[in-house]
Amino acid sequence: MKVLVAVKRVIDYNVKIRVKPDHSDVDLTNVKMAMNPFCEIAVEEAVRLKEKGVASEVVAVTIGPKAAQEQLRTALALGADRAIHVETDDKVESLTAAKLLKRVADDEQPGLTILGKQSIDTDNNQTGQMLAALAGMGQGTFASEVQVEDDEVQVTREVDGGLQTVALKLPAVITTDLRLNEPRYAKLPDIMKAKKKSIDVKSPDDMGVAVASSLSVLKVESPAERQGGTKVASVDELVDKLKNEAKVIA
Amino acid sequence: MSILVIAEHHNGQLADSTAHVVAAAQAIGGDIDILVAGDNAAGAAEAAAKLSGVAKVRTADDGVYAYQLAEPMAELIAGLAGDYSHVLAAASTHGKNVLPRVAALKDVAALSEVIGVESPDTFQRPIYAGNAIATVQSNDALKVLTVRTTAFDAVDATGSAGVEAISATVENTLSRFIGEELASSDRPELGSARVVVSGGRGMGNGENFTLLDGIADKLGAAIGASRAAVDAGFVPNDMQVGQTGKIVAPELYIAVGISGAIQHLAGMKDAKIIVAINKDDEAPIFQVADYGLVGDLFEVLPELESKL
Ligand SMILES: Cc1cc2nc3c(=O)[nH]c(=O)nc-3n(C[C@H](O)[C@H](O)[C@H](O)COP(=O)(O)OP(=O)(O)OC[C@H]3O[C@@H](n4cnc5c(N)ncnc54)[C@H](O)[C@@H]3O)c2cc1C
Ligand SMILES: Cc1cc2nc3c(=O)[nH]c(=O)nc-3n(C[C@H](O)[C@H](O)[C@H](O)COP(=O)(O)OP(=O)(O)OC[C@H]3O[C@@H](n4cnc5c(N)ncnc54)[C@H](O)[C@@H]3O)c2cc1C
Repeated sequence: MKVLVAVKRVIDYNVKIRVKPDHSDVDLTNVKMAMNPFCEIAVEEAVRLKEKGVASEVVAVTIGPKAAQEQLRTALALGADRAIHVETDDKVESLTAAKLLKRVADDEQPGLTILGKQSIDTDNNQTGQMLAALAGMGQGTFASEVQVEDDEVQVTREVDGGLQTVALKLPAVITTDLRLNEPRYAKLPDIMKAKKKSIDVKSPDDMGVAVASSLSVLKVESPAERQGGTKVASVDELVDKLKNEAKVIA
Repeated sequence: MSILVIAEHHNGQLADSTAHVVAAAQAIGGDIDILVAGDNAAGAAEAAAKLSGVAKVRTADDGVYAYQLAEPMAELIAGLAGDYSHVLAAASTHGKNVLPRVAALKDVAALSEVIGVESPDTFQRPIYAGNAIATVQSNDALKVLTVRTTAFDAVDATGSAGVEAISATVENTLSRFIGEELASSDRPELGSARVVVSGGRGMGNGENFTLLDGIADKLGAAIGASRAAVDAGFVPNDMQVGQTGKIVAPELYIAVGISGAIQHLAGMKDAKIIVAINKDDEAPIFQVADYGLVGDLFEVLPELESKL
């Protein structure tokens, strides 16, 4: 069984972003970029499935600018066998990303496609569900455990009330939650080896998908700043302030 | 405009979130219908009919909708969507599981975690862990939205809408429910509690979370946690507050032994009052706290409990 993993280039999770003064967008000039943390978990899960003998090949795919090849190299260093780069400088909305991933899945015929549950830039949490809909497959979102058995995959999902387990007919789509696994670090020899693995570059045009958007961002603003920073000296003072100043306890 | 709100319910009981989503629908304006799909969900439909501002409740009661799995739910909703200009659900794990699937079936974009309605086609939503707020306009004929419930006050329950059954049903050959492990607690729900007390890695272990119990009892609070506390196995995943956990906006949020990473702040910085208890006087949590107390939580918590 082949496993397809989608990885996205996003800002590093430690970066605190700033909004551009003209409110057109956030300012990403010279900001450190990295693989979306949930995608790292997706790659790790795919590689573990290969190590367990469940998966025969792991193919990583990204949609994004030329620089997104850095994230594909990371995926290759972590154990993916080869990679596909759908190159575009346009901003790609979730539905378009899902359409492009669907085309890749049509070609590759993976048994499982694993994505992150959300990317930490747009926080959309949509692409996996959309891909599953377009491909007519079952979806195991927010996965914290994945088990492949015969022609099914059992996925334990982190839901608001606790955990839910579903069985999906293969092929299926999975999106990763934080506790699915702890991703490994790439070792130097693997990083060197990854440089020799192949990356197949395509364009959305080649694939017959228009990178159009039905959403327009009218403005991007900073949220209201909190006026924090006041300290109290004792528990007595804290209780007094909560009762008499903030009036949030009786 | 006509809006379909997808009800969330568990064991025949309507979730609180639905009344908040109806409020968001009212902000858009137009006729509001609620869909209650489930297996033996008559109780939830009855409660939904009482929400004020609702025109009618449509019910789809069939075994295939038990546990409201994404595959049959999305097919059902996509089939009904032609009657509506908007489809709304709460930005819960349930809403986020189902609505993007509906949007893709209808070939339209989805908007996640909407926190403001500017007009029927223009909405606000947080991006980058809430460090920026984007105003986004949708040009699709059908708008598919998940709504952050803390951003909209619940409507009251003084209505009396009619209830109408949908006869058509769908098939599901893609997925099957296996089981669930739901946390049971006598405490209020995290998302709607007036007071939330959360513990972080500083709590040290799971047993020490009992130090928060007495305070939570006295304040009628829900108990939350940071990701580090959940990852370390101190408490279960459904208690995680943050960018990738639950979003809370209580009147009072007490963060104990939590450093204040941006991913945690994303889930709680809309609280009215934030209290931080941390032994490191430079912990970033103090920058957003209205009242910060520098001290060892093992001394502070028992004293606080006794003085409340
Ligand atoms: C301020 C701002 C303004 C924007 N304006 C526009 C605009 O005007 N028009 C527009 O079209 N877009 C715009 N975008 C971009 C667009 O919103 C996102 O890039 C798009 O939503 C992609 O989906 P996602 O990453 O949020 O998906 P999510 O559903 O959050 O991602 C989940 C998973 O899907 C997979 N995935 C998602 N994207 C990719 C990818 N590119 N390659 C490989 N795997 C992927 C990954 O596994 C990821 O973990 C804007 C973004 C921002 C922040
Ligand atoms: C993709 C991604 C998503 C994430 N999503 C979330 C999320 O949804 N929610 C979330 O919370 N985090 C999330 N995180 C993790 C986040 O970055 C932090 O790692 C996490 O919030 C840290 O938890 P903490 O504050 O409990 O632990 P730490 O940062 O280790 O802080 C512990 C604090 O306890 C204090 N302390 C220790 N002992 C005592 C004592 N005896 N008395 C008083 N104080 C004490 C310390 O001074 C310290 O400030 C995410 C990270 C990533 C990469």
